[in-house]
Amino acid sequence: MLDEDLRSDLQKRGIFVASFEDLYNWGRKSSLWPLQFGLACCAIEMIATAAARFDMARFGAEVFRPSPRQADLMIIAGTVTKKMAPLVVRLYNQMAEPKYVIAMGACAISGGPFKEGYNVLKGIDRYIPVDVAIPGCPPRPEALLEGLIKLQKKIEGQRLFGPNRARHADTRDAADYPVPSYGAHDLEPPMNPAVFKPEPSRREAE
Amino acid sequence: MSFLPSLESPQTIDVSLGPQHPSTHGVFRMNVTLDGETVTRLQPVFGYLHRNHEKIAEGNSWLAAMPYTDRLDYICPLTNNWAYALAVEKLAGIEVAERAEFIRVITAELTRLQNHVAFLGFVLGDMGAWGTALMYAFREREKILDLFESLTGARMMCNYMRFGGCRCDLPPGWLDTTRKLVDGFPKFLDEMEALLTGNEILLARLQGVAPMTADRAINGGMSGPVLRAAGVDYDIRKVDNYGIYNRFKFRVPRGTVGDCYDRFMIRVLEARESVGILKQAIAVIPEGPVVNPKAKQRGFRPPAGEAYGRIEGPKGELGFYLIADGSDKPYRFRIRPPSLINLTLLEELCVGTKIADVMVILGSIDIVLGEVDR
Amino acid sequence: MNDVLEAIRTALPQAIVELVNNPGPSAQHSLLVGRKDARAVAEFLRDSLGFDFCSNVSGVDWPPRKVKETVLNTEMVDGVEKEIKTTVERDVPGYLEAVYHLYSIRNKTGPVTLRVRTGDRDADVSVHSLTPVWKSADFQEREAFDLFGIRFDGHPDLRRILMWEEFADHPMRKDYMAPDDFEYEPTPHDKILAKVKARTEAA
Repeated sequence: MLDEDLRSDLQKRGIFVASFEDLYNWGRKSSLWPLQFGLACCAIEMIATAAARFDMARFGAEVFRPSPRQADLMIIAGTVTKKMAPLVVRLYNQMAEPKYVIAMGACAISGGPFKEGYNVLKGIDRYIPVDVAIPGCPPRPEALLEGLIKLQKKIEGQRLFGPNRARHADTRDAADYPVPSYGAHDLEPPMNPAVFKPEPSRREAE
Repeated sequence: MSFLPSLESPQTIDVSLGPQHPSTHGVFRMNVTLDGETVTRLQPVFGYLHRNHEKIAEGNSWLAAMPYTDRLDYICPLTNNWAYALAVEKLAGIEVAERAEFIRVITAELTRLQNHVAFLGFVLGDMGAWGTALMYAFREREKILDLFESLTGARMMCNYMRFGGCRCDLPPGWLDTTRKLVDGFPKFLDEMEALLTGNEILLARLQGVAPMTADRAINGGMSGPVLRAAGVDYDIRKVDNYGIYNRFKFRVPRGTVGDCYDRFMIRVLEARESVGILKQAIAVIPEGPVVNPKAKQRGFRPPAGEAYGRIEGPKGELGFYLIADGSDKPYRFRIRPPSLINLTLLEELCVGTKIADVMVILGSIDIVLGEVDR
Repeated sequence: MNDVLEAIRTALPQAIVELVNNPGPSAQHSLLVGRKDARAVAEFLRDSLGFDFCSNVSGVDWPPRKVKETVLNTEMVDGVEKEIKTTVERDVPGYLEAVYHLYSIRNKTGPVTLRVRTGDRDADVSVHSLTPVWKSADFQEREAFDLFGIRFDGHPDLRRILMWEEFADHPMRKDYMAPDDFEYEPTPHDKILAKVKARTEAA
């Protein structure tokens, strides 16, 4: 790696030095294209974030694409019901790598206020990996922007090579995520154990 | 979207629009059969946002259902609050504090304004003008949301009304800010109309598309602006005189042919009437308590019985049918969703039109999926 | 409501219609219509009394329950007549109910509440659909079929509306058990519950 002092020294002379990885990540993080995909209440706040007052374009993420093939960020804005969950997984599978998921709002994280519901999925992380979770019901537009910045930080730190390389750079993990099917009482399977690994409860550990 | 050759005839194709589609206002899905570009059959598919409001409400206390009503039609939380509070007040025979009645009218009319404004933005988006109109609409909507936030603490999920009144009094200066906003609102509507209503493309896309007769509208259960666009003079604010609407002067705009253009314009006209109601209400709001002190909120147990209470929501008749068995939980909690029932005639309206018009027709009905599927 | 009842009784003398009293302050009484007569009563209400707008259709589940009733009996006790109160438990069989709220847009009156009951909750769950009378009942009757399992005979398209086709249960019934798919999260409340349980067991 380049010495930091040398780098800033060169910068003062107008020479910018960066690793290919940094350049690549900088490009990706500054032009995230979200999928135009609203589920519930949070979608309205997502639109408000994209509208004039909060202006998501300042962070390079204003190009909402209606097709999953052209999008690289899925903002799960709202309650995922069991009827909708297979379609969300299918849409995620249709997105091209590298792809990221923001779970926006309490419902997408855990079922939120509707957790008691028989048709409500208790968190989309049961089926697909979530990169950033934004709490709130619904989160304010500022919170969505903060979540976006968090995701950009995460992209910045991703490695393309080596043992800790990012998921999209890892050819061993290229398979589609299994899409659950509608069962007689519940979705089958009710979760994907390869994805859903809840942390042990902190209270339980005490 | 998926394209399949139809099994019925080699001439037609089946198209599945949604649930992930930019113009279906969320997760609504339509199975459309097309002959060329013309719709020959349309089947709406619901349930992708079925969040079990009714089941959850029946398992919790009476007051605990109030925040859930915010999430029904998430664009208009305060009118939903009012409908539920009204039904419970009917059920238990609770009087509402005088000042609270005024606050309810003011907040409900502000809600109607911001719903109709958002409607203008969305329906323009459905017609292909994605962005510009919505930006203008949301600019104005944000101002009203700021008022809601300073009053209730939340932009969208207000949870503001209580049985017999409202949760808290107006913050200092709130009425002045509201007055300023209301006074400036006709200017925005003028601007919007100058931008839109004379536009030739807009007229071509809306006029004469999917007309609806008054008889069909009544039999199909249409309510609110969609019913009035078909030429029926029926506004629950006038008919039921709930709250204190009989103290205000306002007109009920009506359409003539019930096409998309009537449904579009009726929102603009209603917004202007709402401005009038707001001005009258702000001028005469009295001082006093904002909640009936006799009304119990926590541990509320209404006597056994049932009640159906309804209001004129921005989307139509929003009703709550409640059965109490004397316990602290509702025995039956049923929501009468205007968005769902206004879709009853969707197939009739769409058959024979072009596929591009389907989105405009759907947009002109003005649905919110949280209320359609509940 | 009594005028409506009288009008129905005069026009349709063979129809079974009863007034169901609502004890609450709202005083919205309703009409219990026999299953076979619902269609005829509905058409009469629409065409002759002007109730052209069917606003709300709701399913209600009434599981079998026990009702306690106090009965006054006169008995001879030691040669003297005495009134003795006895509490009798009576079994009420369960049934499902479809409730219709009707308004008249022409006359600006309403609501008139119609109730139609099924025979039981398992096998005899059919009632006549009123969708041919009021188109607005279409989706709402499908919803009552989906969530309560009431079958509406004569409905043009009776399918599940909110849940998926393969779903087997009727989730709005009172005895429905939702799938247990919660993550178990012990809360401080659990500790208190355990303490209370231990204490009551010791006592």
